[in-house]
Amino acid sequence: MLEIKNLHARVEGNEILKGVDLTINAGEIHSIMGPNGSGKSTLAQVLAGHEAFEVTEGSITYNGKDLLDMAPDERAAEGVFLAFQYPVEIPGVSNTQFLHAAVNAQRKYRGQDDIDAIEFLKLTKETRNLVKIDEKLLSRSVNEGFSGGEKKRHEVYQMAVLEPKLAILDETDSGLDIDALRVVAQGVNSLRSPERAFLIITHYQRLLEYVVPDFVHVLYRGRIVKSGDKQLALQLEDKGYQWIEEEARAATV
Amino acid sequence: MITGTAGQQVKKVRLVPTFSSRDTLMAAQAPQWFYAMRHAAAQRYNQLGLPTSRHEDWRFTNIASIRETAFELPTSVDSGLVAAKQVESVGILGLDGPRLVFVNGRFDSNLSSLGTMPKGVEVLSLAQAFTSRQALLEKHLGTLAGVQDQAFTALNTALADDGVVVFVSKGCSAVQPIYILNITVADKPLMTNSRNLIVVEANAAATVIEDYASPREDVYLTNAVTEVVVGDNADVTHYLIERESHKAFNVSSLYVRQGRDSRFTSHSILFGGAIVRNNIYPVLDGQGCDSLLNGLYVIGGDQIADSHMRVEHTKPHCDSRQFYKGIMTDRASGVFRGRIVVRQDAQKTDAKQSNENLLLSDDASANTDPQLEIYADDVKCTHGATIGQIDEDQVFFLRSRGIPKQTAQALIVYAFASESLERMEVEPVRGFLRSQLLDRLPAGAVLKRLL
Ligand SMILES: Nc1ncnc2c1ncn2[C@@H]1O[C@H](COP(=O)(O)OP(=O)(O)OP(=O)(O)O)[C@@H](O)[C@H]1O
Ligand SMILES: [Mg+2]
Repeated sequence: MLEIKNLHARVEGNEILKGVDLTINAGEIHSIMGPNGSGKSTLAQVLAGHEAFEVTEGSITYNGKDLLDMAPDERAAEGVFLAFQYPVEIPGVSNTQFLHAAVNAQRKYRGQDDIDAIEFLKLTKETRNLVKIDEKLLSRSVNEGFSGGEKKRHEVYQMAVLEPKLAILDETDSGLDIDALRVVAQGVNSLRSPERAFLIITHYQRLLEYVVPDFVHVLYRGRIVKSGDKQLALQLEDKGYQWIEEEARAATV
Repeated sequence: MITGTAGQQVKKVRLVPTFSSRDTLMAAQAPQWFYAMRHAAAQRYNQLGLPTSRHEDWRFTNIASIRETAFELPTSVDSGLVAAKQVESVGILGLDGPRLVFVNGRFDSNLSSLGTMPKGVEVLSLAQAFTSRQALLEKHLGTLAGVQDQAFTALNTALADDGVVVFVSKGCSAVQPIYILNITVADKPLMTNSRNLIVVEANAAATVIEDYASPREDVYLTNAVTEVVVGDNADVTHYLIERESHKAFNVSSLYVRQGRDSRFTSHSILFGGAIVRNNIYPVLDGQGCDSLLNGLYVIGGDQIADSHMRVEHTKPHCDSRQFYKGIMTDRASGVFRGRIVVRQDAQKTDAKQSNENLLLSDDASANTDPQLEIYADDVKCTHGATIGQIDEDQVFFLRSRGIPKQTAQALIVYAFASESLERMEVEPVRGFLRSQLLDRLPAGAVLKRLL
């Protein structure tokens, strides 16, 4: 589904990603861990198509297409979804209005008819219950005045409504209490299918107890320096990244 | 003689009132005091001349093009210039109250529908008021709109010969909004000087909508003055909707005096015009007043929209809020100048002012100049101004959900502006302006479908 080869990217003149290789197949769950500033969010934003990040080398193929050649909105319509680490606020645009617009824009891209406001509400009812998101919250402006947890839950809600093929979750589990964490896990598990894949960026293995990853990767200084299974996540949480650093240094010597 | 070329030269505008030939409409009814007032205004105007950018109050707005245009004054009522059908297509529909239509500054009774007024409510043209409501006019006309230092107000006072008079007696309510539709069609550059007087007595209420529209792209100058007397504990809402020709000039001056515990709301929407100057001067002249000045300007091309506020607090415990937003694209220039004056007696004043601007192109500009003039010591005054561009992270967020770039940008701009529209209570007006706003945004049509 996704093939990242030798990806180099920079922001404001600084090279952040320095040769990332990663292959994700449909049906798989991958997790990326790594110390602060290692480039996890940068990778996520590059996948979603943020223009502030400039790809200088390498390629990304998504379902046989050149992902880097597609606009962010095209990527979304093709099934790429990013749950933001820091979701933005958009005063004046209601959550419901915006998501309805997004659903219709994606439908249009796929040559489907618009759905009206009533249908949209019907369609999203189940999802609202699933992620336990209040209708009152949804009638407010996008993320405006939301608590950290509410913002994250709102990202999961959008994901569940848009039903992406490749969902990238950038620290969606950070700063959540256990109930909210379960909601996130439920959101992911409800979407799990052989056609879908997940890339879960996290600092904690807590979420990974509910959503068991097939692979865990360590992103370190802009490169994936180690890959393993769920055990690696436990090890990282236990021992930190010091040993990774030492291993990495030994490897380059 | 009024030559009809007012504004040709700065210093020597030929403006000596004689009121004989062209003023037939009012000559029969207008009383002596009115002539005296006009005469004084004309003289003052001759001394002042039109302002230049050397004037502090006109620093950002160059009106050379107004000065250089030779305007004619409207002659007589020219019914038939605008057809009833046109009024339906130009005007705001869905308003159930009285509708007064002015064509080239003159009341057109055929196009207007006054209906039956609620008890204690009178709505009539200025010309009619001179026959039936002389005492009221003499008591109020020109008392708020001083001619001392405002050249355009002096000009209006000297030349005005029609407009609307609204009178709501004590404890009565106009119930439905009073809709004044001003349409101008000018084969040659024309200057109109509408003069409106709104008197709402104690415990009474009224909403008045002044709408300026053009069915064609003509050159003309609308120089309107409206005086609003808000009685004790009265409630008045005023709308100014400027959506004139992109070659037209508009100077609208709103003078307000609020009595004790009264509430006054002004909504200004500036969409049209080549140069638009929106003056609003409320005086909070009794304890416990509340004043809200809400404004939105959305301009492009070479348009200039200049909003000039002066909110004067003279008594204690009054609240005033100014919320102005501007969206500029192409080479358009938005100007906001808001002064809050708090007199020595006006303790416990709570005055807020904010002006936010969104620039959609490199050549667009915004000038914002908040000013505080405070003589009391126990007051709360805040002001803030921002000038920014569309937030790229917001655009990216929307795009990452599948919304195309242009639509995402339009949605953000629309959201920015909609806050101003949401403050308006008259739904047909709000809905109409929402649609007009979308028509003015790039990708607005797509957005209309999405929303
Ligand atoms: N928009 C930006 N402008 C400038 N520098 C940036 C920008 N975004 C990220 N960076 C820099 O790129 C580096 C990698 O940041 P990134 O956000 O990808 O790290 P991360 O692995 O997600 O970290 P964290 O775990 O703290 O979320 C950091 O040094 C950061 O300061
Ligand atoms: Mg990050």
